[in-house]
Amino acid sequence: MVEQVLQNLSQFVPETVLLVTFCAVILTDVILKGRPMAALGVGLAGTVAAGILAAGQFGAPQAVFHGMISVDPFAAFFKVLVAVSTVLVFLISLYSSEVRSAVKRMGEYSALIVSATLGMFLMAGASNLLMIVLALELTSLSSYILAGYTKEAPDSSEASLKYILYGAMSSGVMLYGISLVYGLTGATELTGVRIALAAGAGVNYPLLLVASIMIVVGFGYKISAVPFHFWTPDVYEGAPITITAFLSVGSKAAGFAMMIRFFVTTSYGDLGSMLGVLQGFEWPKLVAIISVLSMTLGNLVAIWQDNLKRMLAYSSIAHAGYMLMGVVVFTQNGLSAVLIYLVVYMFMNLGAFYVVMLVAGATGSEDINAYRGLSQRAPLLSVALVIFLISLTGLPPTAGFVGKLYIFSALLDAKWMWLAVIGAINSVISLYYYVRVVRNMYLRDTEVSAPPVVLTRPQTVLLFVMLIPTLLLGLYFAPLVDLAHASVALFGVR
Amino acid sequence: MEIFGIGVLSWLTFLPIVGMLAVLMIPKGNEAIVKWTALGITGLQLILAVVVYLNFDPSLSGINNVDSMQFVEKAKWIDVSANSWVGRIQIEYFLGIDGLSFPMVILTALICFIAVIASWNIPKALKGYMAMLLLLDTGMMGVFVALDFFLFYVFWEVMLLPMYFLIGIWGGPRREYAAIKFFLYTLFGSVLMLLAMIALYFSVTVPDAVTGERIHTFNMLAMMDPANYDPNSLLAGMGTTFRSLAYLGLFIGFAIKVPIFPFHTWLPDAHVEAPTAISVILAGVLLKMGTYGLLRVSFPMFPDIATAWVVPLGILAFINIVYGALCAMAQKDFKKLIAYSSVSHMGIVLLGMAAMNTQGMMGAVFQMFNHGTITAMLFLIVGVVYDRAHTRDLDAFGGLAITMPKYTGIMTVAFFAALGLPGLSGFISEAFSFLGAFQVDELRVITIASTLGIVLTAAYMLWTLQRVFLGKPNEKWAGMPDINGRELSALVPLAIIVLVLGIYPSLLLNYMSTSLNHLIDIVRTGGQGMAMLP
Repeated sequence: MVEQVLQNLSQFVPETVLLVTFCAVILTDVILKGRPMAALGVGLAGTVAAGILAAGQFGAPQAVFHGMISVDPFAAFFKVLVAVSTVLVFLISLYSSEVRSAVKRMGEYSALIVSATLGMFLMAGASNLLMIVLALELTSLSSYILAGYTKEAPDSSEASLKYILYGAMSSGVMLYGISLVYGLTGATELTGVRIALAAGAGVNYPLLLVASIMIVVGFGYKISAVPFHFWTPDVYEGAPITITAFLSVGSKAAGFAMMIRFFVTTSYGDLGSMLGVLQGFEWPKLVAIISVLSMTLGNLVAIWQDNLKRMLAYSSIAHAGYMLMGVVVFTQNGLSAVLIYLVVYMFMNLGAFYVVMLVAGATGSEDINAYRGLSQRAPLLSVALVIFLISLTGLPPTAGFVGKLYIFSALLDAKWMWLAVIGAINSVISLYYYVRVVRNMYLRDTEVSAPPVVLTRPQTVLLFVMLIPTLLLGLYFAPLVDLAHASVALFGVR
Repeated sequence: MEIFGIGVLSWLTFLPIVGMLAVLMIPKGNEAIVKWTALGITGLQLILAVVVYLNFDPSLSGINNVDSMQFVEKAKWIDVSANSWVGRIQIEYFLGIDGLSFPMVILTALICFIAVIASWNIPKALKGYMAMLLLLDTGMMGVFVALDFFLFYVFWEVMLLPMYFLIGIWGGPRREYAAIKFFLYTLFGSVLMLLAMIALYFSVTVPDAVTGERIHTFNMLAMMDPANYDPNSLLAGMGTTFRSLAYLGLFIGFAIKVPIFPFHTWLPDAHVEAPTAISVILAGVLLKMGTYGLLRVSFPMFPDIATAWVVPLGILAFINIVYGALCAMAQKDFKKLIAYSSVSHMGIVLLGMAAMNTQGMMGAVFQMFNHGTITAMLFLIVGVVYDRAHTRDLDAFGGLAITMPKYTGIMTVAFFAALGLPGLSGFISEAFSFLGAFQVDELRVITIASTLGIVLTAAYMLWTLQRVFLGKPNEKWAGMPDINGRELSALVPLAIIVLVLGIYPSLLLNYMSTSLNHLIDIVRTGGQGMAMLP
């Protein structure tokens, strides 16, 4: 027994490191009261270590703690992804005037980011319904507080409150769905659920359908897909930019990880699988509809936004829709396309938020009008933002194109023609609002002599840290694709 | 053929990028150096194009045969081994030219050089302007030399952003609207093209050279051989619904670029707002990418659908020719008139293509080249008068022949070439296109009706000539200086080409005929029995 726990613990090192980091951050904050940045440094170091350790988990799949958590390449992929995005968010936070405005609470800020990251790590590996709920709640609770971090700003508190209300509601619905599934199958491990369904005796299928849809609500909320997206714009606008960036990438990625694992594990294989038994109900079509709604609504509403943060919030809803197209296909190609997209999305979206933050720091505004003539005042930032936005649109030779390419490839390979066409047209719509920013930067008021936005050297380096992958992955993406394929291979879907 | 170990086509394509980086590195305030660097780079590119001209073997057919492609460069770019379910993904850096792309390569190099001369007096942010122009140059050249569909697509899209900036920053009063309209239209077309490209990719496999395993490929040549299509794939078979859809996707993508009615509305806006040199590039090269795409991609890869849809294509050609000419006739803005005349002239290209016989096809490709040179001249001519008078209103002028005799002389060459006067290059290509189309039974009526366009063209061209250059001189422009040396240096080479090709068209036709006949064979026979290896 003890041996087993010890053996399991050895597979749990990245999470343990995060846990230790969490405590260390709090202690550092208490001990080194006068130097709030030290806490951030500890958080950063711990996350880097956890990420490196997680990268070592690309081995044979294992279930630890009685099937509570899976340790496999799929989880490792997401853990590394989350760790990288957390590290980037920490680095971005160094230059955030919002975060620095409440520098006394820096320890709190860093600790909460670490605990949210821990939640996301667990989400990536969770293979038991209870674990899913716990991981989700850990992430959510940390995020609620983070969203209200700048409590002096009224919209930040509003964001936090809205986030809690929506979060509580959707968690409740999801939990209820999970309880129904448990009642129907008598199992909480995902594999157990599948086996029970495969046996098939006495399962009330209509009820199972209701339960599944309730669980989907929980996932939809986490990845901010329409119609569970209502919290997104307000929270993204109200929260500090660093946290918005964190939520839009890490939280979304972890949500996708959880959703994909849930679907794959409960459905693949025997005839009695969840997808199999719900024959009367066309599961992929439901996801396809959610995806179409997310893309279209996200893009159409983004056109009308003048606040860049809010615009990027709607754009992130649209991107969730693009990624859901990969889930619709549900093949090896489709799932790996989602993984590829997430990596690409991380760099370009964090990059865009970083530029928005720097500009907001210099001009004090996130409004699109603050970008008028920016090309004259901050040439490098403008070029970088153009590249990030073009990548978000999905034009070659940027990484965003590769993400879209693989999503569309998966769709066409599986003969989802109409969905591919809608997705493609959506990327044309998205061009319009992304280019609005470019237009303001380059085409308008270039003569106005507002003070230039000056970047320090570390800020420039950090910009390139996100810019180079955005360009490089657009020109040479073979390793990323290989990695993504290898990470979903264990599911054995075709 | 290699220079310093790098193939000549790579030089042609990436030299402008090198130039762009060089231009960007020049410190602020050295405008003259920026101009001369850009001119030097495009000049060098033109010299390389001449070298290609001299070394080009007109007897090789190309199209779907890699052995008769010329100046081929091939290297692995992306090779994802992945696993057994997905199969391998291979993208190649694959360049080469044949008689179809060859005239376009020459045209691109020529027009870009002329465009730099025409940009000599750009009033603001010259450095950024030249950088964007050179990036655009790379995109255009790349499209014409790429033989891997993925590569083709990347080049195709690379052009969008520089074009957006060139119209949006340096354009006229309504530049923002024109620029975003251009961007959205073209992107809409290219995403449909992207979907068709992916569908093609998943349908085509070729055996790997080493292992013999069947791998998917973006190789355009492989996509032209029906034997390479997997029997169960999306685009297998002939004349299926999926094939029609894919063809339609590609067609819309290319049609927007040409532009074919009803996708043409971006063109007048873009042309009117763009600075002179950019109009020259738009009309001279960019529009050709649409028809080039149809000939390079749609026709040989979908011969079944292309032959089945000859009549609709003919009807669209007719609409373009006559509707374009009628619109041109109604314009009061000099530049808009030329823009609509482009719509009309590109219709002639379409008509020739629809014929799918030797005369028609030769006429079409020759018309692509001629339209490039003639329309470039026309836009330069508008630019000359606009620079001096700051108006393009056709009724504001009159009797310019008296104040600007040299200008009127060169203008006459361009106008008469545009209306198809024998002895100038436009006549030959138009005559060939109509001749070819007339021979096809289904197109005969359309061809006869389309000749109306010739009459209309003559009408609006001569009417414009009369309004602007003849009649009583307008007092307001009495002191207007005649055309200067720089402007002449952009126009005269084009005029010479128009004249020489009008008298001795074989200088270019000979280079195209083998390839185009081969292309016709492929389309006619549905690509059967044209064994090729990637």
